[in-house]
Amino acid sequence: MWRYVIPVIVVAVLGVFLYRGLYLNPGYIPSPLVGKPAPEFSLPDLEDPSRQVGSKDYEGQVALLNVWATWCPPCRQEHPFLVQLAKSGVVPIYGLNWNDDRAAALEWLETLGDPYVATAYDPQGDVAVDWGVYGAPETFLIGRDGRVLHKHTSALTPEIWQRDFLPKIAEECGSLPCPLVEGE
Amino acid sequence: MMKLIAAWLMLLLAAPAALAIEAEYGFDDPAMNERYRTLLREIRCPKCLNTSIADSDAPIAADLRREVYQKMAEGYSDDEIIDFLVSRYGEFVVYRPPLKPSTFVLWGGPIALLAIGGFAFVRILRDRAQRPLDEDSIT
Repeated sequence: MWRYVIPVIVVAVLGVFLYRGLYLNPGYIPSPLVGKPAPEFSLPDLEDPSRQVGSKDYEGQVALLNVWATWCPPCRQEHPFLVQLAKSGVVPIYGLNWNDDRAAALEWLETLGDPYVATAYDPQGDVAVDWGVYGAPETFLIGRDGRVLHKHTSALTPEIWQRDFLPKIAEECGSLPCPLVEGE
Repeated sequence: MMKLIAAWLMLLLAAPAALAIEAEYGFDDPAMNERYRTLLREIRCPKCLNTSIADSDAPIAADLRREVYQKMAEGYSDDEIIDFLVSRYGEFVVYRPPLKPSTFVLWGGPIALLAIGGFAFVRILRDRAQRPLDEDSIT
């Protein structure tokens, strides 16, 4: 009896694991930063290198930090949505330009529009490593107390925004748009 | 002809590992250098699923190599460097995750499977030994 039942059970258990495996994304790495204080940083401004852009700029606010680069096709894909998002004024968006070329990045913003309050220029990727960035685009939602509330890897879409970001922003702010948000 | 193909294949296999970290960073002190190289092989490139940062040509792997190099130069220990990377990229980046409840199956699974297999093996052998010979023999 057992010699027939055991193989069936083994195959069934394996089947469950393998079936689940079909729908897992092996490229997805959950960020250990979620729920923890976001790393502080200060970098030269992309547009004006004599200025510094950093975590101080959004201190006390709910903000987005969007990691992007001109060599990243999904960044181009999500860019129109970021521009639209910036116009809606729900939260301020800060940019982190990662491992990129300044001239190319400036041209990108000029032709595609600039949704960022300010963009930090990180050509060496030092700050990116500190934030656990491994692919662009990545978008961090930062809370009033400076904690990372959410991290999204890959292009932002209206659906993802509605599903993953808005509820967390509403919870953090109490109301929308966020009371502390400054207009453009 | 076969020799040529074989040489080609060997070159192909050897190339990625050689390309990535040659002539990049290194310490003058051989012991330090050895530590650096060993550490790089312990860290998994976050972008490439199953390549260490020593073997990957991905830009992120190069950034992480530089980070490890800088931290070593600043006098950080191996554990401190690994802890830093884990705090940023999660346990995905270490090839040897720590033993804790969520990794018990990972670490214990192979041992458990080996034990089950061994148990089954012994039982089958015993059954055979007890069976009368003529029933089992092919002749």
